[in-house]
Amino acid sequence: MTTQERILTVVKQVAQKPVPSDPEESLFESGVLDSFALPDMVSGLEKEFGITVPDSDLNPRKFDSLARIADYIGVRVS
Amino acid sequence: MAFLRAFGSYVPARAVDNAELAARLGCEATWISSVSGIEQRRYAGESETLVDLAVNAATNCLSRAKMAPDEIGLLLVSSGSSERRFPGPAAETAAKLGVAGIPAMDIPMASAGSLFGMAMAARLAPHHGPVLLVAAEKMSSIITREPLDRNTAILFGDGAGACLIDPQHGLAEIRHSILHSDGSFAQDLRLEFGEPLHMDGRVVIMQASRKLPAVIRELLDGQKESTASVGVFIMHQANQNLIDRVAKALDVAPEKFYSNIARYGNTSSASMLIAAAEWNAEAGGFRKGEPVVFAGFGAGFHWGALLAVGM
Repeated sequence: MTTQERILTVVKQVAQKPVPSDPEESLFESGVLDSFALPDMVSGLEKEFGITVPDSDLNPRKFDSLARIADYIGVRVS
Repeated sequence: MAFLRAFGSYVPARAVDNAELAARLGCEATWISSVSGIEQRRYAGESETLVDLAVNAATNCLSRAKMAPDEIGLLLVSSGSSERRFPGPAAETAAKLGVAGIPAMDIPMASAGSLFGMAMAARLAPHHGPVLLVAAEKMSSIITREPLDRNTAILFGDGAGACLIDPQHGLAEIRHSILHSDGSFAQDLRLEFGEPLHMDGRVVIMQASRKLPAVIRELLDGQKESTASVGVFIMHQANQNLIDRVAKALDVAPEKFYSNIARYGNTSSASMLIAAAEWNAEAGGFRKGEPVVFAGFGAGFHWGALLAVGM
């Protein structure tokens, strides 16, 4: 699976809702994620990619869309 | 060494339920309870000041301790909703308690103020003698300002809590505390004078969901205790969903986290002590040798946890 597909899998598992096809669309504004699902999604990403998201990066703006998540994961993994 | 000797609380008489608030905010009452676990909150009367709330909780605490005000060595008053820039409510609270002259210090800290106050009181009690810590909040004067923000207006209520920390004896020994602060997210939860409360709920929940379980683990690991040995967790009553999330992260049954948020909402720094007072009076309180964990998180961000063991 590609990074994008793995991210999509995590988001779908947490949200239990259809995810917007546009990777730039906000996962919050579209109602896919709420405040309390966000920490679960970050935990899911940490597990899936074997990374640790430091507290200083626990900012919703970094995880607002599939594209932003991919950018973040790309930096962390590299 | 210091001991928790008594708790006290006071909430104003006027209860505001979700139906009343929903009508004012243009939302559903069921939405309020689903996103917060809150069913009602208390609002102080217009003439009831933050100091009045503090004095009532302090008096309740001293009565439960069977202690006269003039036996207090130091008064600490925590509040994030002070009505003016200075002086804070501590000196006036001391005067109204009839103990003008003793040192009275303000802790201008919302939400985590009572947790920080407990930790400070434990360290100051051996020097000053019994320390009365009061946390008082009149959040209604802030959240009912126009324009109303339903995301904050649904959460907060008014009230005050208190605890007496004694250097010699009490219901439980304060064994240890851990405090942290990080101003990196100061802009995400703040109250400027004369302005509405600003809260980025996503940032707050994301940070609190991670930091609270971590500091509780840090506290328990350092004291060679486990979550299983803890009798009850008494947390800042911020949001029922957050309390449940912290319990889940620690793999602890949610029933072990005492909660009264349904009745009082989030009373900021007062909430943990109001919860402690009710738990102590109604749920049996401390048991000999059993650890109890207090924890708080709030604007700053400031967060921490404190371990007390029943005598």
